[in-house]
Amino acid sequence: MAENNRAVVRLREKFAASIIEVVEFRGEVTVTVKKSDIIPVLSFLKQSLQYNLLTDVTAVDYLGKKEDRFMMVYQLYSIPVKDRLRIKTAVSEADCRIPSATQVWQTANWLEREVYDLFGIIFENHPDLRRILMADDWEGHPLRKDYPLQGPGREPYKGRLS
Amino acid sequence: MGVDNPLGDNIITTSLDKIVNWSRKSSIWPMTFGLACCAIEMMSTGASHNDLDRFGIIFRASPRQSDCIIIAGTVTKKMLPVIKVVYEQMPEPKWVVAMGACACSGGVFDTYSVVQGIDEALPVDVYIPGCPPRPEALLFGLLKLQDKIWNDKNSFGSSIGLGNRIESVAA
Repeated sequence: MAENNRAVVRLREKFAASIIEVVEFRGEVTVTVKKSDIIPVLSFLKQSLQYNLLTDVTAVDYLGKKEDRFMMVYQLYSIPVKDRLRIKTAVSEADCRIPSATQVWQTANWLEREVYDLFGIIFENHPDLRRILMADDWEGHPLRKDYPLQGPGREPYKGRLS
Repeated sequence: MGVDNPLGDNIITTSLDKIVNWSRKSSIWPMTFGLACCAIEMMSTGASHNDLDRFGIIFRASPRQSDCIIIAGTVTKKMLPVIKVVYEQMPEPKWVVAMGACACSGGVFDTYSVVQGIDEALPVDVYIPGCPPRPEALLFGLLKLQDKIWNDKNSFGSSIGLGNRIESVAA
């Protein structure tokens, strides 16, 4: 049960107002929080609940499906306790920026660069926010749902004509 | 045989084209350069079973010693500048073999990040279809390249400023 999860219990005590949703699916606990509280929540999880490993930072584009277009996803692991936790927070297209988690985990540096490169989400106070996968002069962010699959300069494939 | 042999038995006469083309086609030195799964087939072709060495094809580790580049795999837009630099570092005369569907046309990777055929950037001499081509197919392509080199006209003369080089197409 998600409500018995050690992290959920402590987060409910400390950040009751910032928790939007708690979901458990096949033993994986996901906590959705408000964007304004993301850094306090993440540093609390690291300092007080021993989630000392940031496994992955990624994002989802819900273009046309949700009010806030992007969803940031932080995958955490606690090496001493051996349990996982997923933290999510919504980022709108109009205000496409979020504080950087590099101040909590150094690992976030390259992971956030990847999210910036492919989704175009700006990370505030990131020490080195530039593209990591695409070429430096690349235009656009390819993992956005409205990015043309065959690139901006080409007519889209319409299936076989013969 | 009715023909006089005024130079003696151990001297033969030939044309400059023939000897230059013969030496070039018999010593194609490709760049050691692989990009994807095609590179595995290329290595396999170079290994003992098919043995590229018997055609004088010896992979060189430097573009400055190579006269052929086998584009063996998917060319991403990020890799393209690197390939261009390697190609430019190769001395003339030089040949390009597009190995496999990706190098020929982009293959299944009809996406924003992949170059839709290396011929958008380099002059390709031989296209080898297949995904990946079997070693026999690469071998056949390289023999086609040999044919093409063999039918070149005045490639040596043009390099010392005499006339133009007449390039043949692979038969």
